[in-house]
Amino acid sequence: MNIPIVLIMGSVQLGLLYAVMAMGVYVTFRILNVPDLTVDGSFALGMACAAVVTINGHPLLALFIAAFAGALAGGVTGFLQTKVGIHPILSGILVMTGLYSVNLAIMGGKSNISVAGKETLFTKMEALIVTGNGWGKTLLALIACIIVAVLLAVTFKTKMGLAIRATGDNEEMVRSSSINAKITKCIGLAIGNACVALSGALVCQHQMYSDVTYGSGMVVFGLASVIIGETIFGRRSVTIGLVSAMAGSIIFQIIKALALKFDLFPSYAIKLVSSIIVVIALSGPAISDSIKQNKMRGRRRTI
Amino acid sequence: MLELKNVSKTFYPGTANEKKALQSINLNLDQGDFVTIIGSNGAGKSTLFNAIGGAFYVDRGAILLDNKNITGLPDYKRSYDIGRLMQDPMKGTAPSMTIEENLALAYSRKAKKSFFALNRRDTVHFRELLSTLDLGLEDRMKTKVGHLSGGQRQAVTLLMCTISSPKLLLLDEHTAALDPATAQKILKITTDIVTESEIVTMMITHDIKAALSLGNRTIMMDDGEIILDIKGEERNKMTVEELLTYYSKERKKQLTNDRMLLA
Repeated sequence: MNIPIVLIMGSVQLGLLYAVMAMGVYVTFRILNVPDLTVDGSFALGMACAAVVTINGHPLLALFIAAFAGALAGGVTGFLQTKVGIHPILSGILVMTGLYSVNLAIMGGKSNISVAGKETLFTKMEALIVTGNGWGKTLLALIACIIVAVLLAVTFKTKMGLAIRATGDNEEMVRSSSINAKITKCIGLAIGNACVALSGALVCQHQMYSDVTYGSGMVVFGLASVIIGETIFGRRSVTIGLVSAMAGSIIFQIIKALALKFDLFPSYAIKLVSSIIVVIALSGPAISDSIKQNKMRGRRRTI
Repeated sequence: MLELKNVSKTFYPGTANEKKALQSINLNLDQGDFVTIIGSNGAGKSTLFNAIGGAFYVDRGAILLDNKNITGLPDYKRSYDIGRLMQDPMKGTAPSMTIEENLALAYSRKAKKSFFALNRRDTVHFRELLSTLDLGLEDRMKTKVGHLSGGQRQAVTLLMCTISSPKLLLLDEHTAALDPATAQKILKITTDIVTESEIVTMMITHDIKAALSLGNRTIMMDDGEIILDIKGEERNKMTVEELLTYYSKERKKQLTNDRMLLA
């Protein structure tokens, strides 16, 4: 079995770039305990913002603007949930749907724009570290990922971070502690979607294009990464959770690449395969319970 | 300290399910009062706490805490000065966070400004408080609260309620879900804390003996009204047997009529 380094390298790069999104999904799905579907929209939002700003010659600023836009999107979802009283899932869907038009508008009405030939952070890195095999790009992806992970880990050790964690755990207790749970929810959603948009920005600069439909199905990729990570590391602290989301993302991309390489399925089946992975991972507890039950039934029959 | 003026609340007005939960309640609590509240189910005891705590806004009347009108404030703003303990031990704490983190969260309203939620100075303070409970929890500060027993969780919740020195403490049958031994312990811890910090306290209980022996004042509610309010000599003379008779419908009518005559 000859698995070329380039294949693994590419998967690791993508894994690291999507890991930022996985960490964002971890924040909303696990910490805040809210099923947030805004992700599909905010990922493409990050791509669109980054593409436009990068084309205009500011690749680093592009990342910040993308993250800020993502935070706004998350804030809107939070507002719909808390002040307008719309169900969390529906709030996410509404914002995600609205963002489709916003993203098209950002890209000047075009559904797909190319960043080829412009300076991105990746081209700058390649200029610094001249090697084959794309080590420069991997290193940049790793640095970005680690910076985001550290920022998030520190944020959730602050007072506001603690309040956000508690909101996902026991909202009534947060209100009893004289904290405005509506605000903490909005901030949590803003942080999560900022990460997702940032991930979109990084992917845009990596792939050198932005596509308005790219985000579709992204939330399942994010969930799959988080769950794969938890299966390996278990659910312990927030910091471990962030690291496990990162690891899960890389592993997920590697599994994808290997499956494609060995022609297990055609490339258009990737979304179905991702869904199946999430189902398998989530059904873990149910399967192990039913195995135990069958064992008990077997034992009783032999007595 | 706490004043309720003509507080009224009706649920589902104008429908078949209409319930006049609170009917023109007038109540005055002074500094140092520890009031026990008794009454049959559906009398309006928990509703009274919900009205004070801000779970809903009252239809009519005013609520004043330390001369500040809190009638229109949302619940999380009232929580700054009010601590509340519920019957369900699982409800007062965040299960996936440690004892330390739960206490830090409860303390955050009055704690000194610091960047990180957990810091050495506060942790030392928490350790001292936990050791007064005498439950060994000061050695388990990094345990997740979800792993503690019901009694331990109630003890932690009690600490969380009192750690920021509230002006009012509302205890809603907080020992009802605990076994008798643990209930006694939690009750003792409660009275110790209340006596030492002199927080104005209201405690709902179905234990009539406890209702008469704890605190300095007893209130009985029925059908959204306060039908009995005794303290001092009158309360000392009251017996459990006599108080039990008030739960019957005829005695309640008698009480209401007496009140109307003497008013």
